[in-house]
Amino acid sequence: SSNEHKLNFKKSKEACLSYIQDALLQKQWKRAAEFLTCYIESLEKDYSREHIGPSEMIWRIGTEILWHHSQSSMKEFNCFMEQMKTLGVKRYLKVCLEHVFHLLCNGQIDEAYQNLSLAESWRFGEQTAIQDKEMKLIQAYRGLLDYYSWSKQKNILLENGEDGFSDLAVEQEMHGYFRKAAVNLKEIIKIPGVWDVFVKCYVDLLEFYGDHNEARQVLNEYAYNSKFPANPNAHVYLYQFLKRQGESKKSLISALKILHDIVPSHELMIDFNNMLQKSKKRKKRRLGLEVIFTALDYAGWKENAKAWSCLARQVKQIVISEKHLDWIKQEWNSRKDWWPAFHFSHYLAKRNWQENKSLSYEKALVAGILLGKDCKYFKYVSHQGCKAQLKRFRMLKKFVNRHNLVYLRISG
Amino acid sequence: RDFNERCAQCSEVNWGLTDGGGFYCRSCHYVTERTREVVNTDFITNSRVQTISKGSKKQEKNDGGCEWYICEGFQLVLKKQVEALEALGVCPQMKDEILCNFWRCYLQKSKQAYCKRPAAETVKALSVCESSTDVDSDPERPSLLHLLSLSESEGDLQTDCSFASSVSKVSESTSVYSGSVDGSLYIVKNQKEKLRMTMPMTLSFCYMALLWMREPITLSEFLRFVVEGHIPYLNVFQHFPEKMKLCGLDLKIFCVESWPAYEEVFNKMHELAEFLDLPRFPDITESCFLHPDMLCMKYLMEANLPDELHNWTCRVVKKIGIGEVDFLTLMPGNKSTRKVKYDVLAAAVIVVVLKLLFLLDDHYEWLLSEFAEERNKNNTEGGPYFEFKKWYEVVKHSLDVEQKKLDEERAKYLWRCEKPLFYSVKKKSKVLKRREMVVNLQNQFSKLSGSVQRAEKPNPSSFQLSWSEENTDGSCFHGHSLKGVLQEKRGLLTAMNPDYWLCTVKLCNEKLCGHLAHYKDVEFPQSYHFVLGLFSFLLRIQPSYIHDEVCMIEHKLFNKKLYKKLKYNRVLRK
Repeated sequence: SSNEHKLNFKKSKEACLSYIQDALLQKQWKRAAEFLTCYIESLEKDYSREHIGPSEMIWRIGTEILWHHSQSSMKEFNCFMEQMKTLGVKRYLKVCLEHVFHLLCNGQIDEAYQNLSLAESWRFGEQTAIQDKEMKLIQAYRGLLDYYSWSKQKNILLENGEDGFSDLAVEQEMHGYFRKAAVNLKEIIKIPGVWDVFVKCYVDLLEFYGDHNEARQVLNEYAYNSKFPANPNAHVYLYQFLKRQGESKKSLISALKILHDIVPSHELMIDFNNMLQKSKKRKKRRLGLEVIFTALDYAGWKENAKAWSCLARQVKQIVISEKHLDWIKQEWNSRKDWWPAFHFSHYLAKRNWQENKSLSYEKALVAGILLGKDCKYFKYVSHQGCKAQLKRFRMLKKFVNRHNLVYLRISG
Repeated sequence: RDFNERCAQCSEVNWGLTDGGGFYCRSCHYVTERTREVVNTDFITNSRVQTISKGSKKQEKNDGGCEWYICEGFQLVLKKQVEALEALGVCPQMKDEILCNFWRCYLQKSKQAYCKRPAAETVKALSVCESSTDVDSDPERPSLLHLLSLSESEGDLQTDCSFASSVSKVSESTSVYSGSVDGSLYIVKNQKEKLRMTMPMTLSFCYMALLWMREPITLSEFLRFVVEGHIPYLNVFQHFPEKMKLCGLDLKIFCVESWPAYEEVFNKMHELAEFLDLPRFPDITESCFLHPDMLCMKYLMEANLPDELHNWTCRVVKKIGIGEVDFLTLMPGNKSTRKVKYDVLAAAVIVVVLKLLFLLDDHYEWLLSEFAEERNKNNTEGGPYFEFKKWYEVVKHSLDVEQKKLDEERAKYLWRCEKPLFYSVKKKSKVLKRREMVVNLQNQFSKLSGSVQRAEKPNPSSFQLSWSEENTDGSCFHGHSLKGVLQEKRGLLTAMNPDYWLCTVKLCNEKLCGHLAHYKDVEFPQSYHFVLGLFSFLLRIQPSYIHDEVCMIEHKLFNKKLYKKLKYNRVLRK
């Protein structure tokens, strides 16, 4: 309970804000609106020394309430946003941008485009220069919508093309959108930042029009320029592009290397491992083993049969060749304490066998090699497999029995 | 001055002007029918007007405004306030006789009117709102509005002194913004002299008049009515006549954005009484509402405590002499006696009585309660014994509910009014636009508030918590008996509780540190905190004030024992 009996405007409004915050957190939109109504008169006071003034508060809170409140309409929302735009010249472009996002979320693409164009033409003395970054964003999003229109036209063209019609007007329009989109998208990705959607669209445009050099340059910049924040997607996009271009395994591998460092659990690690396994270079094969072991450290991969088959294949190959057992030893060293419980428990053996026989097969092979034929997992699965008279399990049993002493050397 | 007739009532020739422009006799306050030809609407003597430097515009300005002085504004405020009090049931004499005279006396003493020639302070620069063009044309000069807005938040007149004076130093030809004639003077004037009038002081005036009339309303109640909106305070200026234009520094004076604290109004009232050289106030006797016996009864009821406790409060009051007429009656200028806060005193008495009977050490009261509970279970005839535990639960519940409501109300409080405020005419359009937007947004979001309507101002009520004996759930404790905590000894009823703990062994020097004791620094039992919290809520003051009074009462009550102890200690040390 508040013992503050000396009440003034500022304290009263602070209290009001905390009630609004509580209501918002509990999604009580009506209550939040009730308190916001009382807060609004703060606009008539000058809070120029505060970090966040009432006009910004009201903009942000009001947006949340109007967006979620059941009785609020899009019309009301738009009206509110227009008012907010007049409230703070320093925030004008930001408000415009957020308004556009909401319109897009609501599927109103045309309105969003109009708003973007309007915002683009805004000029306000020195504010224009100060809000340069927001302006670039606005142009970028307009470029994005232009790309979207381009994409639509492209599809129309392709469809018509199948029917044998060729519509010149549509083609012209399409090129027009391309030009508009390209200009803006190119600008924004020059600035260090995370621009996944812009990059993808831009590259798509470039590839369509055959400018592969530019596309490659853009993607390289995006992935390797140290000024840009570390972004796994940048590497993914680059890799996908190189693959489309039919580049050599060597460049594909180098594209995925950093991805492995940043996100060892990425789904592309399977592709990565496949390429590495097949390499002639010893170092690459060694890396491949590391990659697949690391991926399987993550819980999300526990039931990934493909991943297990990669590991199984490589382990099998190493065991048969009797070369590089020390690789397995090195990888196993840091895992031997926890992988058995994590992957190879009796419970998992039963479950894997029930749900996915291929998975259990691959895992059993790995378990058998790493832990020996007497380990719970292998015993259970191979027993079940032989009982079910599945040939490959019989082969598995034989294989593991033959190489039984390997596990002793591995666990050292 | 030129009216030389003898007064019909007292035959003296000693005339003054009323605000209606009529004459009244200063000796006996008899008002004549004769009115002076009044050229302007100012009631203040023309002599003042003559001291104003040339360049002033008399009468009607271009914007339809007139010249007006700050004290005229305050007079209007007081008028509105006392009218509201009348509507609440206060005796109508208060307005015409008491408050009016207090005000005139003040004006005279502070040399703002009713005197030969006001102190030779000339208003160098006049308020002329149109000359805003002067200021804005010079870009190097620090923007006046910027300076004004800097100390916006608290409206603290004290800080205005520094910047306002610096502004007026900037250039003699600069006009200092105010709609009134002497707005800037008012702010720049040295605080030490002559008790400058402020908005909180209007409440002090009102309370002083209420006290003089011995109206059945305490200061805490009065202030509560102000906050609840029954007495105009926050936006009174919106009732000023159209031609009294408010702008610039006037806003600093009349537009307050905080509620004054009890202490502030209380202390100012005493300063005022002294300043006005008032005689001893009318006696506060036992039949008076403000007498502790009466107030204790009221607060006991409101706190849902047994009526029987009243005997005890009366006993304490009698024992320590705080029911004496001389103790209770205000004698302005008497610095030796402690100023009496009637409401806080009564609350403190109740707290002391509770401590006497229940100890309130977080153990004994619950023990007593258990005994009472046992007895109540087994014996339903004869009234129930008072159970501290039950009382605590019932009262705490209600208190929490009311406190929560109060907190929400405070957060939802609307401070602004319809009348737009602007520092200069130039800002007017911007301010109006802003107001329009505010109103629009308020409409938009209030619709989304659901069916919650802003409740009508509740009727002013003297009781914030009420308990009805008709309730069969036993939530009213007025009729409960104290038998469980009392015992008979030699024909006298005394408390079963043999102990007492003092809130503080030594009282502080109030003049040095502002308090008799320090509530926040020491750990007290939870029950004590609760009881203080209850009255703190009812009186809308900090618990520490009640704590101070409790300490004072305890020291009076146990004076002999303490004195003996101190003496003993001194002996030991030797």
